[in-house]
Amino acid sequence: MDDLLQEFIAETRETLEALSSEVVAWEAAPGDRARLDAIFRFVHTVKGSCGFLDLPRLARLSHAAEDVLADARDGKRMPDTALVDAVLAIVDRIGAIVEGIAANVTLDDSDDEALIAALTRVEEVVATAPAPRVAATPRTAPRSIRLNVDLLDRMMSGMSDMVLARNELARRLRDDVLDPRVEAALDQLSLTVADMRDTVTRTRMQKVDALFSALPRMVRDTAAELGKAVSLRIEGSDVDLDREMIEMMRDPLVHIIRNAIDHGIETPARRRSLGKAPTGQIRVTARQSGNQILIEIEDDGAGIDVARIAAKAVANDVRSAAEVAGMTPADKLRLVFEPGLSSRDTVSAVSGRGVGMDVVRANIEHVGGRIALDNRPGRGLTITIQVPLTLSIMSTLIVAVADQRFAIARQTIEEIVKVRGDQVRIDPVGDIKVATVRGRRLPMLALAPFLAIGEGEPTTLVIVSTREGDYALGVDDVLDTEEVVVKPAAPAVMGTGLYAGQTLPDSGMPMLLLDGGGLALAAGLRFQQDIIAATEALAPDAANPALLFEDLDGARRAIPLGAIDRVEKASAEAIHRSGGRTRLVVDGATIPLHHGDAAALDRALARGTIEVLRLTDGEAECAYAIGGALEIIQLPADISPAADGPVLGVAVCEGRAIEILDPLAFFLDSDVPDQGEAAPLCLLDGAGAAWMDRFLRPVLEAHGYRCTLRPDGDEAPAVRLVMDEDAVAADRSDAPVLRLCRDREGACEPGSIYRYDRSALIAALAGHARRGGR
Amino acid sequence: MPLFLIACIAGQGVAFDADQVDSVVDIGEIVAVHRADPSVRGLTALRSRVVTVVDTRRSLGLEPTAPHVRRAVITQQDGHYYAMLVDALDDIETFETRSMPLVARKEDRWSRAADGMVFRNGEPLLILDLAKLVPQPAAMLA
Repeated sequence: MDDLLQEFIAETRETLEALSSEVVAWEAAPGDRARLDAIFRFVHTVKGSCGFLDLPRLARLSHAAEDVLADARDGKRMPDTALVDAVLAIVDRIGAIVEGIAANVTLDDSDDEALIAALTRVEEVVATAPAPRVAATPRTAPRSIRLNVDLLDRMMSGMSDMVLARNELARRLRDDVLDPRVEAALDQLSLTVADMRDTVTRTRMQKVDALFSALPRMVRDTAAELGKAVSLRIEGSDVDLDREMIEMMRDPLVHIIRNAIDHGIETPARRRSLGKAPTGQIRVTARQSGNQILIEIEDDGAGIDVARIAAKAVANDVRSAAEVAGMTPADKLRLVFEPGLSSRDTVSAVSGRGVGMDVVRANIEHVGGRIALDNRPGRGLTITIQVPLTLSIMSTLIVAVADQRFAIARQTIEEIVKVRGDQVRIDPVGDIKVATVRGRRLPMLALAPFLAIGEGEPTTLVIVSTREGDYALGVDDVLDTEEVVVKPAAPAVMGTGLYAGQTLPDSGMPMLLLDGGGLALAAGLRFQQDIIAATEALAPDAANPALLFEDLDGARRAIPLGAIDRVEKASAEAIHRSGGRTRLVVDGATIPLHHGDAAALDRALARGTIEVLRLTDGEAECAYAIGGALEIIQLPADISPAADGPVLGVAVCEGRAIEILDPLAFFLDSDVPDQGEAAPLCLLDGAGAAWMDRFLRPVLEAHGYRCTLRPDGDEAPAVRLVMDEDAVAADRSDAPVLRLCRDREGACEPGSIYRYDRSALIAALAGHARRGGR
Repeated sequence: MPLFLIACIAGQGVAFDADQVDSVVDIGEIVAVHRADPSVRGLTALRSRVVTVVDTRRSLGLEPTAPHVRRAVITQQDGHYYAMLVDALDDIETFETRSMPLVARKEDRWSRAADGMVFRNGEPLLILDLAKLVPQPAAMLA
């Protein structure tokens, strides 16, 4: 906040100095419209600034003066000498208060009201004598100073000269055998020069954040003042911006956001009745696009009422009715940039006298920028400010093509790959080239032939990402990364659209910064992307094989080959039914066995063996019973989806409609644990029951068994599990007993299984349960 | 009387308004700018400044200047520095300007860049407006 206050003080002092001649001229000719405008703008700016700096006294004074001046501008009042005196007294007072703030001295404010009253009493011609001017407070030396940009520029170029001289000196000295003392001195010089360059560079550069830091407070205060709820979102970038540019953008940004809150965002009640969220949204984004900075201010308010603007233009004699009638809506919209226009009929303390937008446009155009409006009546307004970077410091990658070097902004580079090796393949596709980098296909632009520098095949690909997409830029070599100071090149160079600016690196040879997006555009890569997208759409066609099989019910179905682990025969013995589910015993474990038609499965089982498809998703396994595998087919891309269940859809293959099964549906199904009465019950019995309860229960349950420690009278367990050394207790049921032994050697006894041999256990259980269940 | 710098381009004696001339130098190595207007010879460094080198002959619709020509007139246009290649430089003199005696064809690039003429010992010298010799960007593709 202190920084902002310092800025405000410096700015106000500066404007006052510049204004002093205007003031004198206005005193001489009160009717002079240009002077009136200048002074009006000053008080308006002061009012705007002190609103968010929380300087109510200044706000009151400037607002009063602004009111009177607005009346004078609208012709409601003649600017006479008394008015001029009264306004100038206020301007003086503003200056005095600002000095007071700078010196941290509180000024007596008892006669502020008299000054304000003087403004309204000017009709009495001989009214008040010019208000007494406040004695100047002692001026404190400020900690920040404002510098002429030319001076900074000279400093910058002097610095660059110094770097070049240092390089030249180093080159000369290297030719001879170097005295260590000279070398040390040279190193010291290099260090100092590098340090100085950083500092000097920083004097001109600032993070774009500096522009945004004051916004949250301003939005909060402005919204509170107007009784609106506004939430501000800032999406800044880390871009270094020219200080000059930041200064230029500050006022426009403040004006635009104030306007958005005042004119755009509706009151909470109104928003609710419109079905909008009561809190308005303002989004400020900054991003760098090539050598342009784009700042977007988007609100979700009412937008601009174009008809009202047009009517107002006619009413204020800015345009004739006939002119307005002949205007396109876009032209009418642009009337908001005309001086003396406002879309609001009432004047508020915040904005609304039409001073904002013409000043905004003037400021932006002054730095060679553009401002665009995207008006969505009833839904909001987006204002896009585009300003060229007059100077930016970028981290760049230096690439070589033939004997020339170019810089590319590192921000836009995704990766760098060498062409040799297996990772990269370059294929000509028609008259273009496509680079395949680790399976990713990218349009490729070989820089040397494109710029007509050379013919050699590129050895390195720089993957450049643009807003339209990524592409591979083929270069001969990647040399280095370097921080460079980029300035716009001459219009004839920038006009090619290929370069984002020029720079003078330490080598002393000028270098161009490539514009990644511009290159792609000039080479027509966007079109090529379409081709690639098209071939990619076709590719899965060729790579989507499926196994066509005859299902148990005789129908032909297909299942994607990727899901099939193998096709094998299974004996009817290995099929185990429990809890209404069918499971297949495989290597001592059971996996769910899916099938189409239960009756058909029974018929197939009666023959002794069936064929099963073993399916896997990499983790889980399951099986699908089939009549027989037929052949591998390619699935067409066009599959009519089925409503539900395991059928993915229907495709036409060789003139016949076939159902394609969805393996995922089977895996999904597999995870549902078996439930219900029918699941075989295992009695964990004997002294080892507690151990089994802890260690075996999860395994058993996962395979579709229920476990119990105490049999209840109603249900007989299907299997009894006991530890080997336990004496088999009184045979309370006729359930088969499965013995587990503690050590591996014990497993040789018949009917006894080593307790950690899970697959043997499951297989044995399945056998017992089947026999028990039937 | 205005001050003029007298130079020679393709055998034609020309005069530049001294107000347009920043300095007169022999430029160093040139870095090419590919795909730019043919009259853009390239970029060169002049002290710490990057300067766009303009092949003045090509600006005038003539054959390219020989590659060894290094003599140039430095001019600043719209905040950018340009080195305009000339075959030879002569002197700085004041002259009385005259309007062009003939109405030249509009497509003649000499007359488009010309801004009157002066007479030096009876020899006519064409006044060339450096601003008009500076290449402008081709219409940007939409």
